[in-house]
Amino acid sequence: MTTPLLVILAFIFVSAAVGVIGRGRGEMSLERWSVGGRRFGVILVWLLTAGEIYTSFTFLGASGWAYSRGAPAFYILAYGTVGYIISFFLLPPVWRMAKRLGLHTQPDFFLARYNSPALGSLVAIVGVVSIVPYLQLQLASLGMIVEIASAGAVTSHLAIVVAFALTCMFVYTSGLKGIAWVAIIKDVAMIVAVAVIGIGLPSMYFGGVGQMLAELVRRHPAHLTLPGSTTTMGVGWVVSTILLTGMGFYCWPHTFASAFSAKDDRTLRRNAVIMPLYQLPILLVFFVGFTALLVMPGLKNPDTALLALVTRSYPGWFAGFVGGAGAVTAMVPASMLLLVASTLVAKNIYRPLKRGAVGEEHLMRAARSFMLIVAAIALVLALWSPNELVKLLIFGYDGIAQFFPGIALGVFVRRVTARPVILGLVAGEVVVISLIWSGHDPFLGLNAGFVALAVNALIAIGSMAILNPGLRAGARVPETQH
Amino acid sequence: MRSRLALLSALTPALALVAGLPFVNRLEPVVFGLPFLLFWILGWVCVTPAFLVVAYLLLPAAADRSADGERR
Repeated sequence: MTTPLLVILAFIFVSAAVGVIGRGRGEMSLERWSVGGRRFGVILVWLLTAGEIYTSFTFLGASGWAYSRGAPAFYILAYGTVGYIISFFLLPPVWRMAKRLGLHTQPDFFLARYNSPALGSLVAIVGVVSIVPYLQLQLASLGMIVEIASAGAVTSHLAIVVAFALTCMFVYTSGLKGIAWVAIIKDVAMIVAVAVIGIGLPSMYFGGVGQMLAELVRRHPAHLTLPGSTTTMGVGWVVSTILLTGMGFYCWPHTFASAFSAKDDRTLRRNAVIMPLYQLPILLVFFVGFTALLVMPGLKNPDTALLALVTRSYPGWFAGFVGGAGAVTAMVPASMLLLVASTLVAKNIYRPLKRGAVGEEHLMRAARSFMLIVAAIALVLALWSPNELVKLLIFGYDGIAQFFPGIALGVFVRRVTARPVILGLVAGEVVVISLIWSGHDPFLGLNAGFVALAVNALIAIGSMAILNPGLRAGARVPETQH
Repeated sequence: MRSRLALLSALTPALALVAGLPFVNRLEPVVFGLPFLLFWILGWVCVTPAFLVVAYLLLPAAADRSADGERR
């Protein structure tokens, strides 16, 4: 039982050490800590994007959905691609505006574009509130991965505390650059692990992927077309979910921030070109979920399907490797979420409260302190209420996606002002909360967040027509131009 | 014109992945061992970079012009 444990521990400690060393030389400023000095080329941006999208939830959630729901899981393969296509047009103008005006955070963007402190604070608060459950989910998944992969030798609570303390350490010292270095380890380990088990497990039990799928169709004929093994996730749900999550993809404060760390706008376009190929490992994760359904049906928690099948099928050291890869896959997004949430609190909530009497150095210290506070809150939630996660995360994603009209109109339509965007955003959030709270997700067969986004966009565009007439409709936003 | 073409090229795979789904929600024909729905989604994800490269090559000249075609 000690082999997997040692491999997992080695992974966690080596990653943390690389994160600390990755800091580089020189004075740390908030610009350097939070956006890497805005000097990242295509490789570092790619690593960070990959670090953000491949979370431990991708590992466990995609296999769990493939196991329990079937075809509806395919949306996970599609929505990132839609998100990259949108980013191809959306992020370069955001980058140009951020560069020109020296922006660090997503609320900075709203504040600068709409000249509205109210909108800036609203976006900051919705952002932080949505990040905390996401962070908590990463920690809970990390705990589950290590506990199962070490065959119970490390309890999930212990794993969460140790790995998260180390994560906080390298975020505190190194900021974004350190995270980028850890992301390298994470990506290599994750791809190796997924390639081996995604091809290996179907071959081990069925002689190949094709045979496994044929067997799946024979035994569960409805599993691989929509709505799969669900009653509510039909074509309408999948289409609206791909649209919602595709548009929401770059609305998260931490994904939006990739527009701040890139060294130029073309880097962001090139990144959007290559990223879809990085979705392909998700296919292999589906294969693992399908194989698990055939080999070990009836698992109580489908999210454990991947790990349960791996520990059953491979020797201990390899289970440890998958567990270690999984743990780092939770640490990297967690570190990014921490970094962004603390910058956001320091810059867009704390500084306005202090009414401008905060210098750069003071702000840097404040950001690091808030990082520890956000970390403590997420840790407490992860240790004591891990089961409320999924609903909170749905709130988070649906809530964050409501930023989309404000970002897209802000970049492409000059005449729009703060008020239509605030009206739409508030309406969208109210619809999200009331539909999910009252159990109406899906609503009329559509993703509730998508319904809210449609209401949001209609109100924003409608009130723009009423409140912002006069200005030339086709004019470009000057700060987004070359 | 070039920026319209770029938009068209980039949006093609997005449309196929969204608007195309109601027409491909079936198992047959099985392609490379994959049920058709999964093959459709996977295929479009794989060719998206090609469509985006076309858009990328079309855009630089277009991005230098403002909306009403004046040289900046």
